[in-house]
Formats: sequence, structure tokens, C-alpha cells
Amino acid sequence: MSSAEQGAPQSATGSGPTTNLLISGVGGQGVVLASYVLSQAAMAEGYDVKQSEVHGMSQRGGSVTSHLRFGGKVWSPLITPGTADILLSFEALEALRYVHWLRPGGLVVYNTLRVNPSPVAAGLAEYPADIDERIKAAWPRVHAVDANALAEEAGSVKSVNVVMLGAVSCTLPFAAETWETIIRRVVPPKTVDANMRAFDLGKRSPVC
Amino acid sequence: MREILSGNEAIARGAWEAGVRLAAAYPGTPSTEILEAVAGYKDIYSEWSPNEKVAMEVGLGASMAGARALVCMKHVGVNVAADPLFTASYTGVKGGLVLVTADDPAMHSSQNEQDNRNYAKFAKLPLVEPADSAEAKDFLKIAFELSERFDTPVLFRTTTRIAHSKSLVELGDRPALAPITIFEKATDKYTMLPSNAIKRHPIVEQRLLDLAEYAETTLLNQVDMGDSRVGIIASGAAYQYAREAFSQASFLKLGLTYPLPAGLIADFRESVEKLYVVEELDPFLEELIELMGIRVDGGKDMLPLCGEFDPGLIARALAADDAPGVNTDLIPVPRPVDDDLPNRPPTLCPGCSHRGVFTVLKKLKVFVSGDIGCYTLGALPPFEAMNSCVCMGASISIAHGMGQVMAPPAEGAKLDLRTKSVAVIGDSTFFHSGLTPLLDIAYNGGRTLTIILDNRTTGMTGGQENPGTGKTLMGRPAPVADIPTICRGFGINRVIEIDPLDMTEVERVLREELAANEASVVIAKSPCVLEYKIKREPWSVDADLCNGCKRCLQAGCIALSLINDAEGGRKVRILADQCNGCGICAQLCRFEAIVAPGAAPAPGVASGSPAPPAVASAPGDIAAGEKGAS
Repeated sequence: MSSAEQGAPQSATGSGPTTNLLISGVGGQGVVLASYVLSQAAMAEGYDVKQSEVHGMSQRGGSVTSHLRFGGKVWSPLITPGTADILLSFEALEALRYVHWLRPGGLVVYNTLRVNPSPVAAGLAEYPADIDERIKAAWPRVHAVDANALAEEAGSVKSVNVVMLGAVSCTLPFAAETWETIIRRVVPPKTVDANMRAFDLGKRSPVC
Repeated sequence: MREILSGNEAIARGAWEAGVRLAAAYPGTPSTEILEAVAGYKDIYSEWSPNEKVAMEVGLGASMAGARALVCMKHVGVNVAADPLFTASYTGVKGGLVLVTADDPAMHSSQNEQDNRNYAKFAKLPLVEPADSAEAKDFLKIAFELSERFDTPVLFRTTTRIAHSKSLVELGDRPALAPITIFEKATDKYTMLPSNAIKRHPIVEQRLLDLAEYAETTLLNQVDMGDSRVGIIASGAAYQYAREAFSQASFLKLGLTYPLPAGLIADFRESVEKLYVVEELDPFLEELIELMGIRVDGGKDMLPLCGEFDPGLIARALAADDAPGVNTDLIPVPRPVDDDLPNRPPTLCPGCSHRGVFTVLKKLKVFVSGDIGCYTLGALPPFEAMNSCVCMGASISIAHGMGQVMAPPAEGAKLDLRTKSVAVIGDSTFFHSGLTPLLDIAYNGGRTLTIILDNRTTGMTGGQENPGTGKTLMGRPAPVADIPTICRGFGINRVIEIDPLDMTEVERVLREELAANEASVVIAKSPCVLEYKIKREPWSVDADLCNGCKRCLQAGCIALSLINDAEGGRKVRILADQCNGCGICAQLCRFEAIVAPGAAPAPGVASGSPAPPAVASAPGDIAAGEKGAS
């Protein structure tokens, strides 16, 4: 047996349920950074964690999703459609597009911002008008957040993702200090204050 | 110390901990981030090679010199690197040599979903497959030991969900390395003359037998006995999905998926009632297992050949065969709330310099032979200005082949642009595989027009350096390969550089070059707005002049949208926060309704010659632009 083989990992046998959080948005909105904060928070709180996203073509203004799973022992990096506990969407249409990934009774927290997809910009399709009603018809636990307005109030339009993290934070078992430590660590140094304000403004949204 | 790493970051870490001295790659999703992460370890020499064949050979050279070498590429990159790879199987190695092949089931960002496990059998190489980031790091270190112990390159296969998924990894250290101070020769081993190669082939065959024996006991392969009614053989991401779907079942998890351990598999077969093989894409394991005379109760007769799996798919497929112990939460198939939602496909960025060229190409109705990069998006609406796209560099050779069989025009006939094929290729793709086809055109008297979209980066994979950017992966300055000089050096006489944001000029030059009866290269030169962080002032719409004709929407720009005006009509609006001031939409507008920043209306627009030189020329000064880190 080689030396490296002796260090080969064994299957962990943790227990406890897995929380499934699906994040959706538009390429460029900071879905990846938000997922990073969430996965770091889950690790800091002692959970096993897996997170999955796709890079490449989808970055070019396309629809983006990120899967975050944490709990005792997490196997699959992917959430199975119909089993997500929370859908956190940074854009309205992208909430409607992925809402069926939720389990019955799952929670939707979405940003009311509307970003035209290219077929709408090209005049080939219409942006759906009644997104909130359509989501509520199937998943009544819905919270709409005007995250772009809150991000501007916080002092950085780019902090929309952190506003959304603040909005959903009360539903997750992560301590306030954990959130703060990680956000301070991962955002650009010059934007720490704006991002902390963004998180607090998001937290005031009445999700819980 | 633990960290959350992607599979790609974990491979880079594993390379560092394994004492790798050299890493080479060409960017390609989902492999790109491996070398980007390796570049962070300053004690590893790392490079973007111009293509995967070169990367493979550079890695082999380092191995021959006695260094451990890592070579990385996406699945189709291995096709390019196959020539050195197959013979490297004969030469074997000195320092460990590992080739990471990152496959892309579901084709998130690829032109096919070939299953590169087949390369292991074809090239007679061991194949290692990790199932999460911790294994990506630890198995890579084992792969280097395997490489040296069995004197063979090792294939290390990931898929998108291993490469781009993040999970916990325990970090280790890097050993101290003695410097390499002399090249030791082993001419019979490394010089593949027939007389030498003929002696190497039996060694390769014996190596596979030795590896099969090793496979019986290696910790890369693990039996985890649970409920004996269901036995599942799986590897990689498929193992994780299967484990989620049947957490109490018995598993034979394979980390060494070629050659396979016949004894271990036979024993596992004996210890379970039903045996399933769960694998994405080809029935690679299933066929090898059945060839051993071992019965498989379920495999590709239940699971799809195409696309990627998820836990629910496996749960449903095996539950339909009455496999006990399924996680029933995963069984229901939820329906979308609406299936008529507008898609959100990837799109050219606002301000992208490719936009003007495709708008003109659509108008010209030529056959556009395309290539691999951001500009492949020119195939999508509203441009629909790309008629073929096969592999890196093929744009030029395909256009040439088409041109050589087109009937010559009748004497004195007017030029019919539908008889013309035009190649469109980006700068990085040109350096990768466009040089030889262009040389072919020059050498064999082709008459094809080649448009090189030179945006000074490798855009689609996230903006990597290339031989045209003046910088290396390690951040060192490099000479800038001069595309016009290269083309002229090949013997192409007509080489023209244009500003792709000036549509009038683009159309004039393309028409002129299409009429020329010889090979021509047009270089559309304008830096990538994303990578060079170019932000121009937004344009705006004069609502009094806009009549809602939607012609500007042919620009396919997400900064434009239609709004309802007070009278119930429709007008175009420009979203100031999205617009990047390229002026392409203004050049499409026939009513001078789109107004340049700081002018009402802009002189160029008002005069009816809508070229936006003031806007377009500023970012053309590449030397002054600082390329952004991405």
C-alpha cells in the first residue's frame, strides 16, 4: 500500500437531515459569491456541505443556478427537483422558472427585480406579468424583496446578493457572528461596510 | 486544516501536495479552474499551452526529465492530445504523468458529450475517477504514485459535477524536492522507431495485467456492504447520486475504473441479490463486467445513455424494477409552474465587439462556418448568422473545403453571396487550431474569407491569457503574437484590420473581400469589454423619433427593451445600467432615434453616416487598457 493511499478518505457517517437551498439568478448577479458565503457558513457551523454550480456558457447573461446542501452527511452535490427546502432567487422570472424544484411547502424568497432575457430584449417573447400570483398559486410561502432598492440604500448596487442573504438568514441555523465573519472576509475590503449594511437591511425583510 | 474546495481547486492542491513541478493545459470548461488554481502555487511552473496536444507533449517532456507533471483539458481536448497520449502509453514515464480529462455530461458548455473513459481502454491506460473534492485531491496523489510504479501515464477523469462542485477537503503539505540537474537518456524507451515500439507493446499489455491485479486490493475501490438485496456498482458523481437514492444498499464504489478488478466484482455479485451498474453516458463499466461473464441485473436498460443523472432519476429508474430501500422523497417528478416562460440563454454582453460583425453577416446571407468561443452565440436569434460549428479551428478548414467544391460563377455573372463560405474564428481559437488550416488555404490556393474576431482574450472560458495577450498564466510578460504578420507570412496577400463596431466599414470591407478572387483575412480587432473592464457611456432613445419598428432589436442586446408608451404604442428603451455604448443599435436605427451620450442627437447619427468613431476608437487602444482579473 502506498503512503498516499493510507490517507485516502473514508466515508463519513454523520447523521441529521440535509437542508437543500437552491439559488437562482442571472449571470453577473453574484450567485456564486452568495453560494460561497453560504457554504463557508455551513462549514463554520460544523455541517457537512456540498455546493454545485455550472461555469462557462451560462455566465454570459444566462440563467444561473447554484445548489447548496448541508447537514450530517451529504452525498449528492445536486438537489433533486421537488426536494428543495428554500429557493432564493435574485430575479423574479428566475424564481418562477425554478419554483417547482421546491418540496411541497417549501419557501421562496425572491428579488422583485426584472431583467429582460435576450428573447424579450429582441422582441421575440414577453416578460411574464403576474409572477408573484403564479408562484403563490403553487407555493404559498413567498417573500418578495426589493433587493436592488435595499442594496442602493446600503450604498452599493452590487450588494444585492448580500441583501438576499440577509433576507433568508433567519431561516438558516447560522449564528449572527458566523455571517458577519464570513461576509467581512469574502467581500472586497472597500465594500465591507456597505455589504454589512446590505445584510442588515435584508435581515429586516419579514421572511420569518 | 479543512477548506471547501471545488474539484478543480482540489486537483490543483493535490498536484502541489504531490510535488508536481510542471502543469500545462488549454482552457476548456469544466477543466479551466485547475490551472488557474495551480498558478497560485508559485513553486509549480504552469502554462497555458496554445492547445491540448502541445500541453500533453510539454507534460510528457517534463516527465521524461524526471518531474511529476499534470496536464488538464476538457473531454474534447483529449481528442486533440490523443496523438501524443497513445504513444506516451508506450514510452511510459519517468516522473509521474497524469492527464485530467474533464467530461461534460449534459453538455453545459460543450459541443458533444463523449465519454472519455473509453480512452483508457483504447490507449491502454489506468483510469482514476474521484467522487468529490476530497477524493479529487487524495486520488490525484495516488495517481502519481500509480504512474511511477507502473511506468504509465494515468488518466484522471472528472465530470462537470465533480469539477465544479465544492466540498470539504483536508489539506496536506508539499514534500521537499531535489532539483533536476541532468537529462538522463533512455533512448530505447523514448524513441518510438518501429524497432523500439515493437518491444514496448508487450510491456504495455503486461502492465494492464499488473494493474488489474492491483485493482483487486487498492483502496481506490471500496466495498461498503449494507442491505444485501441491492448491490450498486458506481463511480464519480453517479456514486453520490446512487448513494442518495439508496443510502442503505450495498455499494462497490470504484475509484480505479480501468482496468477493473474481476475478482472483487465477482465476489460483490455473489454477496447481493440484484446487481445494478449506475453510470452516466456509455455502458463502459457494464460492458466490461458482462464481458467477465458476470451478470448485471440493471444498467443501461434502465438508465439513460444521454445527459447527466441526479438522485431522483436513479431512484425512479431502480424503484421501477422494485429495488427495495429507495428514498421515496426523490420519486415524484415535479412539473414547472409554466412551461412557456421565455428562455434566458447566454448572450453576447452589451458592448461586445462581436455584435456588429454578426449583424452584418446575417444581412450578407453568406454561409458562416463558425468556431468555438463566445462568438458561437452568433448562431442564436436574433443573429442566426452561423451555419456550422464543429470543433476548434474547423471554421477555416470547413469553409475552405466548401469553397473548393462550389461551382465557379458563370462568366460575367453578378456575385451571388449565397455561393460564399466565410470562416469566423476567435483569436485564442486561431492560435489553438486555426494556424494550420489557414496555411492550407494559402498553400492550396483557397479563396476563402476568414474573419478573425480578435478580442485579445480567451473569452468564453473566463478570460484566460493566450499568445496574443502579452502575458502568461504565471503573470509574466510575453511577446504578442502578431496575427497580420502570421497571415502574411503564410502567403495570404489580403490582410485587413477593421473596427468591428463600425458597421458601415465592416460591411464595406466584407463585401470587397468576398468579391476578391483570392484568400483573404479580415481581423476584427476590439478588446473584450468584460475582461478589459471597458465601460462606455450609455446611449439613449429619443422617444419622439422612435416609432417602435424594432429594427434596433436585431442587435440582440439585453440593454434594449420594448415598453408601452402613453398612447398604447410601443417604444424602445435603453437601460442605462446595462448599455455599454457600442452604438450598434444606433447604426441599425433608420430614424436617428438612438442618441449618443452627451449629444442630442450625435453628429454621426444625425448625418446619416452612423459610424461611432469617437466611441469605438477609445477602447481600441489596447495597450492603454488594463486587463481585469477575473
